[in-house]
Amino acid sequence: MAQKEPLLHLIAGSAECCNTFGVTGITATRSFDALIAADQRIEPRDEMPDAYRAGLVRQIAQHAHSEIIGMQPEGAWISRAPSLRRKAILLAKVQDEAGHGLYLYAAAETLGVSRDELEGLLLTGRQKYSSIFNYPTLTWADIGVIGWLVDGAAIVNQVPLCRCSYGPYARAMIRICKEESFHQRQGYELLHTLAHGSPAQREMAQDAVDRWWYPSLAMFGPPDGESTHSAQSMKWGVKRFSNDELRQRFVDMCVPQAEVLGLTLPDPDLRWSEERGHHDFTPPDFDELMRVVKGDGPCNAQRMAHRRAAHDNGSWVREAAAAHAAK
Amino acid sequence: MTDVLALADDALVAAQRLAWWCSRAHDLEEDIALANIALDQLGAARLLLTYAGELEGAGRDEDALAYLRGPDEFRNCLLVELPDEDFAWAITRLLFLSAHQWLRYGELAAGPDPRLAEIAARAVKESAYHLDHARLWTKRLGDGTPESRRRMTAAVAGLWPFTLELVENRAAWLEIVDGALADATLERPADPADPPTGGRAGRHTPHLAALLEEMQSLHRAHPGVTW
Repeated sequence: MAQKEPLLHLIAGSAECCNTFGVTGITATRSFDALIAADQRIEPRDEMPDAYRAGLVRQIAQHAHSEIIGMQPEGAWISRAPSLRRKAILLAKVQDEAGHGLYLYAAAETLGVSRDELEGLLLTGRQKYSSIFNYPTLTWADIGVIGWLVDGAAIVNQVPLCRCSYGPYARAMIRICKEESFHQRQGYELLHTLAHGSPAQREMAQDAVDRWWYPSLAMFGPPDGESTHSAQSMKWGVKRFSNDELRQRFVDMCVPQAEVLGLTLPDPDLRWSEERGHHDFTPPDFDELMRVVKGDGPCNAQRMAHRRAAHDNGSWVREAAAAHAAK
Repeated sequence: MTDVLALADDALVAAQRLAWWCSRAHDLEEDIALANIALDQLGAARLLLTYAGELEGAGRDEDALAYLRGPDEFRNCLLVELPDEDFAWAITRLLFLSAHQWLRYGELAAGPDPRLAEIAARAVKESAYHLDHARLWTKRLGDGTPESRRRMTAAVAGLWPFTLELVENRAAWLEIVDGALADATLERPADPADPPTGGRAGRHTPHLAALLEEMQSLHRAHPGVTW
């Protein structure tokens, strides 16, 4: 494993980073191609192409960062949750997200990169997190819609990852998907209560669906033809379905759920196609997605400032813990 | 009921302050730990508020008591309502509060009121963990770097006067806290001549009004609905 620098270059998208990975001494035991061909799991000690390793580190780290940044939009409502039961549910959910971040950083560490290094890449903006978290949570109904649509889209994206070719990631995803599914049901139940509540609550629920629908559709990434990492990722068994397939699956899943809620999905062209056996729908604005990815979303600066402040304000605590441990 | 409300409000206001740290702690493990402690406090507060409402017999449930009382109706000690200046304040407050809660819940778990005993029996186990967590961090920060020591010293000095309001079990409380401070190479401050009190009688600092205004805003904006 002499390929440390190219790996870091690949995951960071920058040649400036110069830390090393602790991957020396790993002995290759099984043939990568044979394992992939047999649809078996690759484990940390198996040989793997640099690009496979780098791609996984990038994907897992981005997923971990998304969990951590994702604590903020929902966390903003913990203090104002309108009942003590809802406060407990929301606090437990945000706590779960921190836990997901931890499992995922641990899965990434099996590939020879440290959590500190990955956090550094997030804080310096060299790695991304899911763009959905750059939208604001304006009302309490947003908490329900995030559970229903955002966690719902995450589940559609993530369930296939439970079978992905890299063992530690697949196993982390099994646990995460179980918890996400619980969160989704809680969000849906919250929204159902609002949608069947007072006129003001109902209006709040519809407004939140209107604002989050297209950003949720954009969570599946660019259309298949424009997706940069997809083809190789499919070949290596990391990704199992294309962006557009998953987006379609999500839309088909949401339509009957919206009917039960009695809320309208904000797409006048949304209708069942007998011919395709799927719903036709208006795709999200991918130019907007790219703008938000590049940093120009409503909350990018705020999210990063919050994360950096927590990191900077905590530096004296981390230093004290290290100094005490050394005594 | 007053006694139950005092315990309930301590736990509720502490939960509100602790939950603020979720996404703001120095690492993920501490985000999770403080959220866990906040959830325990919130859980105890809900059971105690429900019981207080039943004792009152006026049909108020946990949410009516949490969201529809003004600051002068809250019976929490002043210690829990003060804002955290930094993590040292959060830990010092947790040390002082959890030592108090552990002693109180321990007594009530063996007390004559079976309902309160049941709630306290569960809460005392949680308090033991909160106290452990606070003691460990008090030690790390007190005996860490010069900066962490300076911050802990400031937090202990800043919060100490407010502990004089925790009058039950003062001697046993001092024994626990003295041990934790000594372990952290920190000194116990002198008791002020005229310590701030009044929380148990509903006389609070302006910090409680600000905390409640935020906590209650959404609930109060939509009277009578279901959430």
